[in-house]
Amino acid sequence: MTLQRKLMKWILTIVFAALAVGMILPFLWMTSSSFKLQSQMFQTPIDWIPNTVHFDSYIEVWAGKYPFALYYWNSIKITAISVLGTIATSALAGFAFAKLDFRGKEVMFLLYLSTMIIPTQILLVPRFILFDKLHLVDSHWAIILPGMFSVLGTFIMRQFFSTLPNEILEAAKVDGAGVFRTFWQVCLPLSKPALVSLLILSFTWHWNEYEGPLIFLRTNELYTLPLALTNFVDENTTNYTAIMAASVSALLPLILLVAFFQRWFVEGIASSAVKG
Amino acid sequence: MKNGIRKNRYKDNLAGYLFILPNFLGVFIFILFPLLISLAMVFMDWDYLRGFDGIDWIGLDNFKQLFQDDYFWQSLKNNVIFTGVTVPVAMLVGLIVAVFLNSFVYLKNFLRVLFFLPYVSSIVAISVVWSVMYNPSEGPINQFLRGLGIDNVPGWLASQHWALPAIIIMVAWTYTGYTMVLYMAGIQGIPKDLYEAAEVDGASKLRQFISITIPRLKPTSFMIAITLIISTFQVFAAVSVMTKGGPLNSTMVLSYYIYIQAFQYYKVGYAATVSWALFLIILLITLLQWKGQKKWQDEF
Repeated sequence: MTLQRKLMKWILTIVFAALAVGMILPFLWMTSSSFKLQSQMFQTPIDWIPNTVHFDSYIEVWAGKYPFALYYWNSIKITAISVLGTIATSALAGFAFAKLDFRGKEVMFLLYLSTMIIPTQILLVPRFILFDKLHLVDSHWAIILPGMFSVLGTFIMRQFFSTLPNEILEAAKVDGAGVFRTFWQVCLPLSKPALVSLLILSFTWHWNEYEGPLIFLRTNELYTLPLALTNFVDENTTNYTAIMAASVSALLPLILLVAFFQRWFVEGIASSAVKG
Repeated sequence: MKNGIRKNRYKDNLAGYLFILPNFLGVFIFILFPLLISLAMVFMDWDYLRGFDGIDWIGLDNFKQLFQDDYFWQSLKNNVIFTGVTVPVAMLVGLIVAVFLNSFVYLKNFLRVLFFLPYVSSIVAISVVWSVMYNPSEGPINQFLRGLGIDNVPGWLASQHWALPAIIIMVAWTYTGYTMVLYMAGIQGIPKDLYEAAEVDGASKLRQFISITIPRLKPTSFMIAITLIISTFQVFAAVSVMTKGGPLNSTMVLSYYIYIQAFQYYKVGYAATVSWALFLIILLITLLQWKGQKKWQDEF
């Protein structure tokens, strides 16, 4: 590469680094504000790194009258069970769609694909009635149960299993392995990249889910983080620094996850795209 | 022998069904069954507070009401504006960033994380933060604008004219990371020798972008457009957190209108009707796009 081109590349790097910082400016402002006092919050010019760091807002959020630790736990619990369920059901069905031969496979797969354009809103009202009759409204199960199945997840797993060569399956069959053992001991260990991508994607979906909890949860102690956050904002409309501290608390786990597993996020997002 | 094959066939079928069963149960109970119920509800006037006694079969009256419902048309209009602006903006910005990050900058993996951070973050938390940033009198956005010498700053979420643009800006910001990631994956699939040949022929970088990158990314673009249209048409959380459809319904969208009808007024039959209208609109757009894609690709 010539010196001139190298220089050009560095200049563009600086330009795009500036743009990238611009992209995360709201996050920086949020974090900086969460360590300020209410009186410093809207000072101009913005004091990005406050001279004295105040933890008052965090104390208010975490040790105040709201059980934030409990909200965290609710989110963790719901997310963990939903993610595990999604991975299990998606891997099983994805394997069948990719590698097993059974009657009605094509029709069924088409049916699966077509459910992807059904808007959630059309399903929430009947689901509410269903859960109401089953006495599951205002319980975590109303969110966990539908969360354990994902058509998109099934699709991602199917795409991955399709790339495995059939020889592997035939070799396992010759060795006397049944279908389930072939799946469990041969194919599943090979599909770690897809599993990790699905894990991270479905973690994001469930951790951020809002409309389901908003409709199904009534009792404050059952709230998940997004719901708890909006509730906190509704009851503390002008306590801006505390609102920021609550937002940081809600966003932090995902931001850390992105920082450590960025490659998997990228692969997950790319594989979630249905190619026509 | 024949019997043996038939037995195998039976075993194959059984294995396939058993593998699919857990997933299919979920899809049936939580997607297909609710879909059928909701289709039946379209023909009901159902006040849910009165339980099953609240059901009145009214034929197509819900649709009659829908066509005369100003709030429905207002919501649909807002939906169209919302999607019509958000999708092209997010796609264009994402494409430009993807092209540069892919081949013209250092530290590309690190910068890429920063660009898609908003997309994976909780939209609720993002909406909360942006609501404070949009604060008309004290928020940093208007203070910045005043600093530029603009005195007549927008009222953002408090203004009938600026609330929808305010939400659009924020949502387009979150989707840029998504389009960027997909475009980067698409660009990596373009054979390098195409660019090398163009280089030999003396084509400029811009020329290469227009004649190689854009046409080669057509499938990616169509796929992004379809996914984004489907998901932006269902925008809910941002509206629910930031404006609740206000001021004066200027940010009322179909998904939020359905929510109000169902869970505030308990008019579940009418809510189902609006949700079917939303579904049919999304379906129609998807089909049109599919047809357009075929035609376009044939020409290519």
